Amino acid sequence: MNVHHYRQEVLALTMRWVRRLSREKFSMLFTLVQPMLFWLIFFGSLFQRAADIQIIQAPNYMSFLAGGVVVMTVLNNGLAGGVDLLFDKENGFLERLMSTPIHRTSVIVSRYLFVITITGMQILVILSIAFIFGVRPETGLPGIAVMLVIGMLFGVGLTAISMAMAFSVKSHGDFFSVLGFLSLPMIFLSSALVPLSAMPGWMQVLALMNPMTWVIDAVRPLIITGWDAAIPQVAIALGILALFDALCLYGGTRAFRRAIG
Amino acid sequence: MNPSPAIEVTNLGKTYGAVTAIEDLSLTVQTGEIFGLLGPNGAGKSTTLRILITVLPPSSGTARVLGHDVRTEADTVRSLIGYVPQERAIDRFLTGREHLELLGDLYHLPKHDAKTRIDELLRLVNLEEHADRVAKTYSGGMKRKLDIACGLLPNPNIVFLDEPTLGLDVQSRLRIWDYIRQLRDNGLTIVMTTNYLEEADQLCDRLAIIDHGNIRVTGSPKELKAGLGGDRLSVTIQHSTPEKLAKLSGGVRPLPFVRDIREVRNSLHIRVESPEKSLPAVMEVANHLDCAIDSIEYQRPRLEDVFVTYTGHPFTGEDPIIPKM
Repeated sequence: MNVHHYRQEVLALTMRWVRRLSREKFSMLFTLVQPMLFWLIFFGSLFQRAADIQIIQAPNYMSFLAGGVVVMTVLNNGLAGGVDLLFDKENGFLERLMSTPIHRTSVIVSRYLFVITITGMQILVILSIAFIFGVRPETGLPGIAVMLVIGMLFGVGLTAISMAMAFSVKSHGDFFSVLGFLSLPMIFLSSALVPLSAMPGWMQVLALMNPMTWVIDAVRPLIITGWDAAIPQVAIALGILALFDALCLYGGTRAFRRAIG
Repeated sequence: MNPSPAIEVTNLGKTYGAVTAIEDLSLTVQTGEIFGLLGPNGAGKSTTLRILITVLPPSSGTARVLGHDVRTEADTVRSLIGYVPQERAIDRFLTGREHLELLGDLYHLPKHDAKTRIDELLRLVNLEEHADRVAKTYSGGMKRKLDIACGLLPNPNIVFLDEPTLGLDVQSRLRIWDYIRQLRDNGLTIVMTTNYLEEADQLCDRLAIIDHGNIRVTGSPKELKAGLGGDRLSVTIQHSTPEKLAKLSGGVRPLPFVRDIREVRNSLHIRVESPEKSLPAVMEVANHLDCAIDSIEYQRPRLEDVFVTYTGHPFTGEDPIIPKM
């Protein structure tokens, strides 16, 4: 493999995703603004008084919710990460790319670079909005850096699931049905909106099996409690993410091999 | 005398699970010709093309493009060929120029060379004025031209075109034919699929008729049609009686260019080699024998007749109406 060629390919393919996003102004606005507006501001303000401080163990609901919204953004971006490849597959663009002498992984890597960069930027914007509403992360900038790393690791596995689906489904209708079926339960069956202790027993069991819960439980103390509480949670989350990513990448690679040959 | 072939396919097969797309398919494409794969939808022509451009691995057999195996030397093959896909494989959010720049990077062209080449290609396909508009504003014909420019960007030795004029209006179709002929005249080898009989007939130097995953016959359109036994004259005489027809038939038979005579109802169907000589000669014989001719009809064999002869069923591809030229 020629490193210089590889860089040239991946850069050009990544720039294509950036160009597309910048030309889809409406889509960009909604992808970027929707999670903050809908979840953080509306949901956060709506439940501010309904939430019991004793149960959420946070100074207010908005600061409790911030960690959840950060991880939800990773979830949505990750699960949608394969959509553009799906359209490329359907309209023949992917085949055109694959008929050129590029390394077979270039397209995938470009997509990863793009999704992860956009997600990172969104996380920073969400934390800034939360900051305006008075949420001050206890662990400061180093804590934010840790959040970005955790978000990135979660995003790697999710994007792999999305791309595997994009390469396997027969039509994009199937893709979006599965996506819709996955994303909301993943959110409600996690600690994103309420702590596990506030859930009925059966939901707690399901939420504990959801990797998203563990990721949120690592991000949240970074925002509301501080390093002492956060470090063990972060360690557990990293372990779970290593396993999660390994599984997803294995499945993704198989789907890719089957589709590309 | 014969240069080494551009493409050699031997006993190629492709199965998807229990479905056989192509089976035991062999063909040779010579350097510098326009080679067509003609067949109805689902006959296996796109599968064959996809194997040749290395995006689909064959299940059995071998395919060599410019001497390189499509499976074991895929990267070399990819760098030597250009591909124009069937679908409008266009990113509607990119401009024409950006498409070509992207491909320039994927073929690892140095930036400066790419720029020169891109300007050259935009001029060739007459897209200079529209190069910096996003592709969603392009018409069908413009998208097709951009597709072709994309296929030519790597300066390939062979260009593969999948249904190059599918769904285009007549004007655009004729223009695309001209481009393809120009490319051939510049020394490129062209491999294309089509399910338009007219296109195969007028554009291809040689073609393979493919049906149910198999090649039924290969040859130039002219050879294939001539192979059916020449052109056909239908002669109807006035006040026709079987005796009169037999008399005329007997008079015509010894003519040197006549291959076959059949009596069909009250007229004679005569297969002839050369219409120029046969027409006056047949009329002279009829005059001589006092058989006044009511009508005489002359029909060239059509590619459709070739298709029916070799596949045993009528051609089901959609054929557009092409004005007589």
